[in-house]
Amino acid sequence: MAIILSGEWYDLRDLANPIRELIDALGAPDAVDYVLWSLIAALAILIWLVVSVIAFIWIERRLVALMQNRKGPNRVGPAGLLQPIADAIKLLLKEAITTRDADRILFWLAPIIVFIPTIVVFAVVPFGESMVLADLNVGVLFLIAVAGIMTPAVFIAGWSSNNKYALLAAMRAIAMLISYELIQVLALLAAVLFIGSMNLQAFVSWQDEYNTWLIFILPLPVVAYVIAGAVEINRSPMDLSEAESELAAGYHTEYGGIKFGFFYQAEYMAGFAIAATVTTLFLGGWTLWGLEEWIPGWIIFLGKLYAVFFLYIWSRGTLPRLRIDQLMAFAWKFMLPLMLVNALVIAVEVVVWEETGASRNVALPAIGAVNATLAVILVIGWARVLGHGSGLQRGYRATLTREIGKIYYTGAEVS
Amino acid sequence: MTSEVFNVYIAVLIATIFGFVLVGSALIGNLILSPRQKSPHKGVTYECGMLPIGRSRAQVHFRYYLFAILFLIFDIEAVFLFPWAVSFVELGEQAFYEMLVFIGILAFGLLYAWKKGVLNWR
Repeated sequence: MAIILSGEWYDLRDLANPIRELIDALGAPDAVDYVLWSLIAALAILIWLVVSVIAFIWIERRLVALMQNRKGPNRVGPAGLLQPIADAIKLLLKEAITTRDADRILFWLAPIIVFIPTIVVFAVVPFGESMVLADLNVGVLFLIAVAGIMTPAVFIAGWSSNNKYALLAAMRAIAMLISYELIQVLALLAAVLFIGSMNLQAFVSWQDEYNTWLIFILPLPVVAYVIAGAVEINRSPMDLSEAESELAAGYHTEYGGIKFGFFYQAEYMAGFAIAATVTTLFLGGWTLWGLEEWIPGWIIFLGKLYAVFFLYIWSRGTLPRLRIDQLMAFAWKFMLPLMLVNALVIAVEVVVWEETGASRNVALPAIGAVNATLAVILVIGWARVLGHGSGLQRGYRATLTREIGKIYYTGAEVS
Repeated sequence: MTSEVFNVYIAVLIATIFGFVLVGSALIGNLILSPRQKSPHKGVTYECGMLPIGRSRAQVHFRYYLFAILFLIFDIEAVFLFPWAVSFVELGEQAFYEMLVFIGILAFGLLYAWKKGVLNWR
């Protein structure tokens, strides 16, 4: 009742908070109140995650099928809607074989270590104004740290399988994951530099207060973070560690049944975690320029999250897979210097803004314009410096076409 | 203050426990529901259907070490950069230029590694 009168009536639609108010009103001690509230909120997050993953397995397969002129799953249930549920039941009922030569303990441990952090990440993500499980003041660092647990887990999976494909894929995965973790960290650093806080709720309230999204002010880090995220969750243009044509199924070649299910689910959940981070840090989180007064914050948040996740589905349906040397060169030679320069530029901008004391209506558009121009100049200029200029590319393509044409028309060998 | 910090991390702990409960229930459900048949051929490592040849503990190519070392250097840099990023406005000019020097040294290191050909994937 008190909530309705206080004008936060829409908070009633948040899941755990009314219950917290209720327990509080009954006069229970703070600890009981808090633990019960956390239990309910954690359960809500878990249920949302599982339902979302199941829904998105179907949505992704249908969408990719649409993009590739196929039908996709359409047999089980209406329009194939029950396909992911059938898959889940199959995985649960299947025998989880441990191969003879595998390191048994590590082999069982790896899927668990991959799976748990993807849930824990969502503890710090603010779904709404008061819908955050743990409002850490080091939220950004927590996101990076917990997401980093996946890296050793992948290697444990590959090594303990005692399979050549799995081990080679695991090595490759580690090389990719650590390279792009660096890019992720530096992209988030740019955002932290600008806001001056690591609390995720602070990011949301900053963007709400200044009536803008950070994506307009820091375009380069957003792009870098989304690309690095695709590597981190092994999505298709960068899924080199499970390239079917080279490495069987990658580091989880030997895994079957529910243990494979954990890897599969963890991949989706890590994808949601990346999308949630992008949404919170760069797209305004649960706010939408005043609309959050009328629509519950978590609906806005989930809408943005799914929109970001759609980018990954889209790129999976359209882009070809990269080569490992291209991917590593892109991280170390292209993105890393760019992100270092970018971080310095943002630090200088913050200092200049502080010293001149310009009003936000002048400063924010100016910084946004400078950053956008700089992003274009840096990306194109650095690519030219590295020899990927447009002229060179065109010449290369022309020779290639000419040589292929020679083979096609005359059957001549090309040296 | 301390109780507040403690409180916040209790929620993280609860989320972790929920994760373990979900994993545990799925594993136990799998143990109960799945069939189990012992067969010596089932436990053979997959290698395109043939019996596996030789040891599978392959040697790690040294290029992985080089990238790992570079990663360590830059990740530690990030550890120093984050606290600086939160408070560099209050710390004043000196902290700003010190961090500039720090990043400069590391950028020079990256340049050196590049020139030495460490960044080429061979």
